[in-house]
Amino acid sequence: MGNNFKVTGTSLTIYLPAEVDHHNAEALKNDADRLIQNQNIRCIIFDFAQTNFMDSSGIGMIMGRYKNLRFMGGNVIAIRVNERIRRILTMSGIYKVIDIYEDIPQQSKLL
Amino acid sequence: MSVENEMKLEFDSRSCNEGFARVAVAAFLTQMNPTLEEVADVKTALSEAVTNAIIHGYEGKVNKITILCHIRQQTIEIEVMDQGVGIQNVEEAMEPLFTTKSDCERAGMGFSFMEAFMDSLQVQSEPGKGTCVKMTKKILRTENKYER
Repeated sequence: MGNNFKVTGTSLTIYLPAEVDHHNAEALKNDADRLIQNQNIRCIIFDFAQTNFMDSSGIGMIMGRYKNLRFMGGNVIAIRVNERIRRILTMSGIYKVIDIYEDIPQQSKLL
Repeated sequence: MSVENEMKLEFDSRSCNEGFARVAVAAFLTQMNPTLEEVADVKTALSEAVTNAIIHGYEGKVNKITILCHIRQQTIEIEVMDQGVGIQNVEEAMEPLFTTKSDCERAGMGFSFMEAFMDSLQVQSEPGKGTCVKMTKKILRTENKYER
């Protein structure tokens, strides 16, 4: 871990790897959950800038974090999503519960 | 112009091999001169099938997964086989959002993604014997890259 995460206040930015599959998602899940617990995280930003592949394991990973955070009144967003990833997010229906932004929304209270 | 080609791949059911399997099949596919989107579609569908074999078929135990790819004219046929636990009810397993592993945060979308990204999908399974997922996709570009 290390470079893949950034904590700002109670916001956690997760810089996703080039490929988010079952293998990578499992590792991310464990590291992210430790941070979420220890740092009292209320908002997760999934940054897809480096990502060009994701399958349903990635959807499961995002859904899982979303459920945990919603339970505590938190928020989850996705940023810098390319066409392919947008299609996967749309097909899975997950776009209905997490907002997709071009970049970190400047005017928001997220950061 | 007869275009027929075949390859077979066998590897351990470790999650680190998921990326390898995707790249290997994508590399085999390049001779059909596919678009980037077609490559991405095949990679996603294959990833779902291989992940299923690892998580559900072998339930995390290390065993062999076999991938058989066959190119016939403009169609690629991909079979992903395991000798794992098999599926009790294939019809139910293919329902969107159905999952037997909701505690592991599985989205239940594997088969839906395979169906969405490929042209056809067949699942043969016998409990205790294993599962074979067969998918086909027509690659629409006509010019063949290497042979004629």
